[in-house]
Amino acid sequence: MFVAPSDPTNKVKNLKLSQLCELCHSRKAIIKRPKNLQKICKLCFFHVFETEIHNTIVDNKLFYRGEKVAVGASGGKDSTVLACILKLLNERYDYGIELVLLSIDEGIVGYRDHSLATVKRNQQQYNLPLEIFSYQELYNWTMDEIVEVAGIRNSCTYCGVFRRQALDRGAAKLGIKHVVTGHNADDMAETVLMNILRGDVARLEKSTAIMTTSKGSPIKRSKPFKYSYQKEIVLYAHYKKLDYFSTECSYAPEAFRGTARELMKNLEAIRPSCIIDIIYSGEGLVLKPKKPKRQTVVTKNSSKKMKEGNNTTSAKKTEFVDGNRCEKCGYLSSNKICKACMLLEGLENSRAKISIENDTSADGAAKTLRTLENLTF
Amino acid sequence: MVKVKVEFLGGLDVIVGKERIHKVEVTRDDGNAVNVGDLIDYIVAKMIKEKNDVEVFIDNGSIRPGILTLINDTDWELEGEKEYELDDGDVVSFTSTLHGG
Repeated sequence: MFVAPSDPTNKVKNLKLSQLCELCHSRKAIIKRPKNLQKICKLCFFHVFETEIHNTIVDNKLFYRGEKVAVGASGGKDSTVLACILKLLNERYDYGIELVLLSIDEGIVGYRDHSLATVKRNQQQYNLPLEIFSYQELYNWTMDEIVEVAGIRNSCTYCGVFRRQALDRGAAKLGIKHVVTGHNADDMAETVLMNILRGDVARLEKSTAIMTTSKGSPIKRSKPFKYSYQKEIVLYAHYKKLDYFSTECSYAPEAFRGTARELMKNLEAIRPSCIIDIIYSGEGLVLKPKKPKRQTVVTKNSSKKMKEGNNTTSAKKTEFVDGNRCEKCGYLSSNKICKACMLLEGLENSRAKISIENDTSADGAAKTLRTLENLTF
Repeated sequence: MVKVKVEFLGGLDVIVGKERIHKVEVTRDDGNAVNVGDLIDYIVAKMIKEKNDVEVFIDNGSIRPGILTLINDTDWELEGEKEYELDDGDVVSFTSTLHGG
């Protein structure tokens, strides 16, 4: 059940001139925009927030008339606001797109089942079609089973790889070639920061793209909330009384991302524009072209080998070829076998070992874990 | 003494017995007007069930960054933050923005 936030009943006394909205100058300002520190009222906030997203969509030509677009819907704040706003803008500006909610059921009892219940309510509230695909039907594994086998520490790795593919496959089954996700400016800033901290320059260059496509894939992805602050998304949901799900995943969040997030939040508290600034920095970074393999630094050890046979080093590394397909499942992959299939293979091997002893699949590992947590001596 | 409504949204309800909306009465011993700072002290002392959960809510002596504080739907930054003097019927809400989308 959704309990909407209460409306304030107390009237403002003695409104000062300095408290007025900086845009309409007639109503009381209720928020200070993190982007530019402008103080604005509720109605002006709705207007600028929606219009900025519309401008992002138009400037980047995200949609074309008649396009079928799937909204990756988790029931969380970002995707809920995204579905709501896209429906609204589609009607207001007549984009002529056809929206579908696309959800992935990872199979996490006590978490995803509840958030999917929210998506099902959203389906009614926004009157949009909803399609749900589960890890169970796509991979024959639920996340609960995966965690039982692979441990909680790796849960985000598995879940991330599988979800990415699941969204693509779900969209393909529906004949949809465009998936939009609710990734916001904070998420993107966090990712840029993480890629810098990890030295992952290959990902760094890609991480600020508003739309990503692969040559071999018919499905493109885009992020209409690229420039939208998390704070404003939450405020929008709050003022519009949107029904969203907000519980942390049963499995621990990625520790590194969590720390990067906290760092971003602390920086934002001091300098709110830093979120948009770091995205801007990310956009400006362009990798210098890779040097040809032969000219790579010759270290002392390898120089001997080079003299013996000069062909040994070059052939080893496989080049990333866009558009290759996995030999097992036919999904896009830079290697012979895609990452999901590799992970699945590892899982199948360990399932064989433990499947006989414990069968908790009905309740799920999350529930088991929580039961354990609640035990006291 | 003031009677106010306090809301814990965006998943924050887990630290206060999983109830989103609470009606509370806050008093001050010295008889001065009760402000939002007093309310926060009250929440920490009386409402948060588990001691470990306090750090979910408080960081460095104030509300943790990433939690949105609204006083009658207005960002508390515009209302003087902890100094805001509460009236009967005021609604103060705390919303976590940190959970996954």
